[in-house]
Amino acid sequence: MQPEWPQEVHRALAKAQVRIVGYVPDAGHSRLIELCQGDRKMRAVVLTTEEEGIGLAAGAWLGGEKSVLLMQSSGVGNVINAAGLLKTCRLPLVMIVTMRGEAGEFNSWQVPMGEATPAVLEAMDVRVRRAARADEIAPLVADALRQEQATAVLISQGVIGIKSFRQ
Amino acid sequence: MTLHRREVVKTLLSGRHHLLVVAGLGSTAWDITAAGDAPLNFPLWGAMGQAAMIGLGLALARPRRRVLVITGDGEMLMGIGSLATIGVQQPSNLTLVVIDNERYGETGMQETHTAHGVDLAGVARACGFKSSKTTSDLKRLRSMIHESTGPNFAVVKVAAEKLPLVLPPLDGVALKDRFRRALLGDSAEVLSQKR
Repeated sequence: MQPEWPQEVHRALAKAQVRIVGYVPDAGHSRLIELCQGDRKMRAVVLTTEEEGIGLAAGAWLGGEKSVLLMQSSGVGNVINAAGLLKTCRLPLVMIVTMRGEAGEFNSWQVPMGEATPAVLEAMDVRVRRAARADEIAPLVADALRQEQATAVLISQGVIGIKSFRQ
Repeated sequence: MTLHRREVVKTLLSGRHHLLVVAGLGSTAWDITAAGDAPLNFPLWGAMGQAAMIGLGLALARPRRRVLVITGDGEMLMGIGSLATIGVQQPSNLTLVVIDNERYGETGMQETHTAHGVDLAGVARACGFKSSKTTSDLKRLRSMIHESTGPNFAVVKVAAEKLPLVLPPLDGVALKDRFRRALLGDSAEVLSQKR
C-alpha cells in the first residue's frame, strides 16, 4: 500500500494555492513529485541543484505566486548562501526536506550533512519543524504555508524508510 | 567596435514599458540603476548565481509579462546549471542577457572562464534556448527582449572598465515590496495576508 502523506501534503499545497514546485528528484519525495506533476494548476520544476529552488521561489513570489521546494537533507547544504535571500527580502518559502543520515542510515557518507541539517537551516534563520510520524507532515506543511517566515519541514528517515542497495 | 556596458544596458531598457527586469549582483545591478531606477527593477546585492532562476520564477508566475534578466559573465557562470533548468521549462516570455566583460569586476577584474573561450551562448543553445547568440546588434536584441518567443539568450561582449558605482536601494524587503506593488497592485498586500 502506498503511504498517504504525499496525498495529504499535495492537498495542503493545492489548498494554499501553491503554483510552483521546485524539486531535485528524491526517492522519499517521488510520490509527491508525481502528484504535483499531474496537477494542472501546478508547475513542477526539476532543478540541477537545490540552490536554484531559492531563486525560483524568490522570482515566483515577486510575481505573486507561492512555491515550495522539495529536497533531501543533503541538498540543504547546497542552498546556504542563496538562502540569505529569504531573510534579506523576507520571502515566505516552505521547504520540505526528507532526512538522510539518521538512525539506521547505512551510507555513512550521508551522515555529516544529515546531522548538520537543522543547525544549518537555523543558522540562516529558516524555522525548522520536524515530522517524526507520517501524519504530522501535512499539518506542519499547511501551518508553514500560513506563516510569514521561511520554514523547513524535516521528514524523519523513519517515515520514508531506510534506503538499501540490496532492494 | 567596442561596446560599453552602461550604454548597452541603457539602450536595452529605454522605452521598457511593462518589462520586468532582474539584475545580477555587482556591475549589472549598477548598470540597470544607472539607466534609471524603477519599481519593476529587482537588482540583486547577493545570492550570486541566482539571477537567471529569479527570472524563471517570475516568468512562470506571470506568463503574460516579458521578463529580462541582465547579468554578468561571472554571475551566469556560477548559476550555469540554471540554463539547463530553463531549457526544460521553456518559458516563452524570458530573455537572459549576459553583459560579458570577461572579468570579475567587483573583486579586482580577475579573468572569468569566458576570457578563456567558454562560450555561454553555446551552452544556452545546447540547453534548448529558442535563440542564443553572441551579438553586438542591440536593435535586434531589443526586439528579442520585447517580441521573440523565448527562452532567449544573448551575450554582449563589452569593454572591461571600472565605472563609478550607481547604487540601487539596499533594503531587500523594500525592493521586493515595491516590485510586488508595482506588478500586482493592491493584491500584493492581499496575497501577503492570505499566506
